[in-house]
Amino acid sequence: MIEAVNLTVAAGAFRLQDVQFQVPTGKYCVLMGKTGSGKTTLVEGLCGLKSVRGGRILLQGHDVTHLKAAERGIGFVPQDGALFETMTVRQHLEFALRVRRWGRAEIRRRVDQMAGMVGVEHLLARKPQGLSGGESQRVALGRALSFRPTILCLDEPLSALDDDSRRSMIALLKRLQQETGVTALHVTHNRTEAELLADQRLEIVEGRVREASSQLSVVSYQLGQPDN
Amino acid sequence: MNRTASESSATPVHRVGSDVPFLIGLCLLGGFYILLIVATLVADALFTTPSDLARALRSPEIRYAARLSLFSSAVTTVLSLWVAVPIGYLLSRFRFPGKAFVDATLDIPIVLPPLVIGLSLLILFQFPLGGGTTLEGMVGSTSEWLVGRRWAMTYAVPGVILAQFMVAAAFAVRTLRTAFDEISPRKEQVALTLGCTRSQAFWMVLLPEARRGVLAAATLTWARSIGEFGPILVFAGATRFKTEVLPTTVFLELSIGNIEAAVAVSLLMVVMALVVLVVVRALGAGETVGRAVR
Repeated sequence: MIEAVNLTVAAGAFRLQDVQFQVPTGKYCVLMGKTGSGKTTLVEGLCGLKSVRGGRILLQGHDVTHLKAAERGIGFVPQDGALFETMTVRQHLEFALRVRRWGRAEIRRRVDQMAGMVGVEHLLARKPQGLSGGESQRVALGRALSFRPTILCLDEPLSALDDDSRRSMIALLKRLQQETGVTALHVTHNRTEAELLADQRLEIVEGRVREASSQLSVVSYQLGQPDN
Repeated sequence: MNRTASESSATPVHRVGSDVPFLIGLCLLGGFYILLIVATLVADALFTTPSDLARALRSPEIRYAARLSLFSSAVTTVLSLWVAVPIGYLLSRFRFPGKAFVDATLDIPIVLPPLVIGLSLLILFQFPLGGGTTLEGMVGSTSEWLVGRRWAMTYAVPGVILAQFMVAAAFAVRTLRTAFDEISPRKEQVALTLGCTRSQAFWMVLLPEARRGVLAAATLTWARSIGEFGPILVFAGATRFKTEVLPTTVFLELSIGNIEAAVAVSLLMVVMALVVLVVVRALGAGETVGRAVR
């Protein structure tokens, strides 16, 4: 479960105040909001990449408000993948496990399993240069899930993909979430993505987070609002 | 009627003049400078003969100077990276009070006249610290205590290195900062969420990605150090077989009217500089260097 209690996160002059929401364990929550509404800031606050100015963050009931990013155990998939240029795909999947000093055999088993789960077995020896957008995001997703986090945060992970890759990533995200039972918070401004993935929908409106009424969005979607 | 139809169907033709005069103008203005650079090198090369070069390279003074130049520049390069990596990283990744001040301070060695840097070093090391001692004296007694030999800074090899370091390190900082700026901080952030400390994220993710920038900084620093003259002359002197580096040789040979030797040594340095240029280009780091220097 992800729980934000009266949370205040700031990025420069921008401020998200009194954020209050809960994502129940094992649910897929999609967080929507306009560009510049503070979605990324909120995710960074949850992951421990931005310091929290007030309120609390509870993950699985534990207060992690003042824990370092490394100690929160959140898998993070940023918008552009942010793959490590000097590492092969295999090294990406090993990274968190090596930092955690897993045994060599254990790492190998987990990497093979993870590669299968995200469908990058054939890319293990490759470096990020030359991977397609979809392939890169699969690697980023595998890297984020490699250490078996209970929480997964995705910051517009599909925004740079073409329609086909996006469709297959959506299917993959759904399947992975069912297989791993991870609690996901997925930031997007794409309504189709939200329709297809969300168990729960939140939206940021004027610096406040609220449950999105799905009806409203369906209507506006039918009215032909742009996807992006 | 006919006329109206033809008028409405005809797309208006917008004719433009030739681009050739513009391009020729650019080439003429820019070409003058390129020509000047090439002409100076060609003149150097034509002025000297292979026998002049051979004689210069055989001279023990010049050999000593070449060895000291290579040695001191190598040490300066290592020292410069030693300070430039942390400063470049801090400036690129953190906001802190006084950052603008630090940033401006780092420009001082770049904009200060070289002779002034040498003079300032000289004054610093002779400045009375109280108790009748100076920085020079402290270096001497510390080295005596550490290695059993009294080292001098002023008018000695360590002074050559310090004088080179003062200027070269500033360039290394600029180059590395640009290199770090070009790498998205997102990558380190992801590393943090994967369980890294800041130090692990730096060593495992950022530094490997910045390797080209580090190499570019090293090459540039080395090249700056080889060519450094003013601060060395003032702070370390121009004593043969002691603090003479290649630029000092050029100066000394010129001052005694031995132009052939001066040009031969200059050519040697031109070749070194060209090698550095080729290496930097080959590393694909030319742009990083260019932006950093700007």
